[in-house]
Amino acid sequence: MVVNRMTVHQDDIEKLAELARLRIAPEAVAEVTDRIATILGLVDQLQSVDTAAVEPMANPLDAVQRLRSDAVTEDNRREAFQAIAPAVENGLYLVPKVID
Amino acid sequence: MNWEVVIGLEVHLQLATESKIFSGAATRFGAEPNTQACAVDLAMPGMLPVLNEQAVRYAVMFGLGIGAEIGLRSVFDRKNYFYPDLPKGYQISQFQEPIVGRGHFDIQLEDGSVRRIGITRAHLEEDAGKSLHEDFHNQTGIDLNRAGTPLLEIVSEPDLRSAEEAVAYLKTLHSLVTSLGISDGNMAEGSMRCDINLSLRPAGSETLGTRAEIKNVNSFRFVEKAIHHEIERQADILEAGGQVVQETRLYDAERDETRSMRSKEVANDYRYFPEPDLLPVVIEQSWVDSIRASLPELPAAKRERFIADYGLSAYDATVLAAERPLADFYEAVVKHCGDAKIAANWVQVELLGQLNRSDLTLNESPVDAQALAALLQRILDGSISGKIGKQVFEAMWAGEGDADSIIEARGLRQVSDSGALEAMVSEVIRANPEQVAQYLAADENRRKKLSGFFVGQIMKLSKGQANPQMVNDLLNQQLADAGGHGDT
Repeated sequence: MVVNRMTVHQDDIEKLAELARLRIAPEAVAEVTDRIATILGLVDQLQSVDTAAVEPMANPLDAVQRLRSDAVTEDNRREAFQAIAPAVENGLYLVPKVID
Repeated sequence: MNWEVVIGLEVHLQLATESKIFSGAATRFGAEPNTQACAVDLAMPGMLPVLNEQAVRYAVMFGLGIGAEIGLRSVFDRKNYFYPDLPKGYQISQFQEPIVGRGHFDIQLEDGSVRRIGITRAHLEEDAGKSLHEDFHNQTGIDLNRAGTPLLEIVSEPDLRSAEEAVAYLKTLHSLVTSLGISDGNMAEGSMRCDINLSLRPAGSETLGTRAEIKNVNSFRFVEKAIHHEIERQADILEAGGQVVQETRLYDAERDETRSMRSKEVANDYRYFPEPDLLPVVIEQSWVDSIRASLPELPAAKRERFIADYGLSAYDATVLAAERPLADFYEAVVKHCGDAKIAANWVQVELLGQLNRSDLTLNESPVDAQALAALLQRILDGSISGKIGKQVFEAMWAGEGDADSIIEARGLRQVSDSGALEAMVSEVIRANPEQVAQYLAADENRRKKLSGFFVGQIMKLSKGQANPQMVNDLLNQQLADAGGHGDT
């Protein structure tokens, strides 16, 4: 069987790492690129299967979503949640400044 | 060059559920920060979303209201991006298989013309929290009360051609969703937020130009202003031979301008994939049918009924049918006073005018429908004139009591006693011999004008309480008599 190796470049990996907030050491990028390319090769192999008549699967379980009735069941537990937060003030969680 | 404006709108509508879309935390507006953010909303490890049935029902109601196909099977996806007010690092939304498919509704423009606007889709998703950037020693404060609030994102086709059409679209949409009762539609509290996609193309061209997206505009007036600004900005670029960059811009209401959002440079790659924590949502056709059967009357149908049953003009019917609370108020006034036209007039002019001047909503009106109807009955049965009615209405507004007690206390009852009126008419005629002579010498047209003078004097003498119809009759009679002396 012919496997079309999907091309993946180092800058693809760098962009994806940034989107996923993953820090990859510069010297490791080449190796990560290689390994992901191998995984994508497997995906390519799977994609050679003819799935024209198969409906896309959103979930492997043969079940449908149960719905809950619209009722407030959660009390205010702010104190407990904020006790484990690194920084809070006036009831707000504080995070490093986000520049918009 | 002559540019054609092409606009599509994305509206994020907050659904009026009690609890969040995937958790049992409350959605009430204005609570203390983070008091309505539970473990699911905070994305604590191991927490799983469970879908709120009411949110699904509201989405179906909207779909039925715009004649759309309802997705009997819909799927939730993860939309991935990092921002501190989105604790999970992804928003649960619907991408490939939304719950509401293609539909449409009609908008009416000021010149009376009607345009049909296509809806591409509407899907369910969760809202994010709020970031507060000021006053935290160079840190950002996060309030997650809003995180997980159910939203219906309603995407229009690029069918709108002007700011006026965009505003008409939003007003019609607002009227529709509040009539359905699926959202409070409170724009000031962010219940209806709008993203504007706008591009220009040479008039007559079929291909779309490059668009810019303006995010998060939250009032009808700002939508109008933001669109005017963006049209000007893009026209300037194109006329200088430049190219519009596809980007996201923010409307700054204070400076009245749009500006580029730089923070999302690497964004717009949301890497959607099916949400593994939720199963596909499958709803039964019979459930959809039962929702359809219980839909309230929609504004377009109500408007037609007001024209047919109450004999209202198209304009009056549009105003009164647009929002359910006002329509219900109006119908209650009609029911209690028995006259649809005087009710339409008073609700639109006096009631809405006073609400506007007092900056109150209909709910807060100090005069309810029954009280207003009781006042209108006194005008209809001739106890007071319309003019005195306005005085009584103002007193009712100020909390002085109901119509009858104010009329009684202030002695405003219309004088319909013909003896008393006759005396007043005679007095005015005696006091103005010059005008009487002029009247008698005048032709038909001038007589009408001059008789207005006498009526004015008589009304003044009666402090506005004379029955105008009787005054007219008595006056005509006495003037005819005065003219008759010479002949007989």
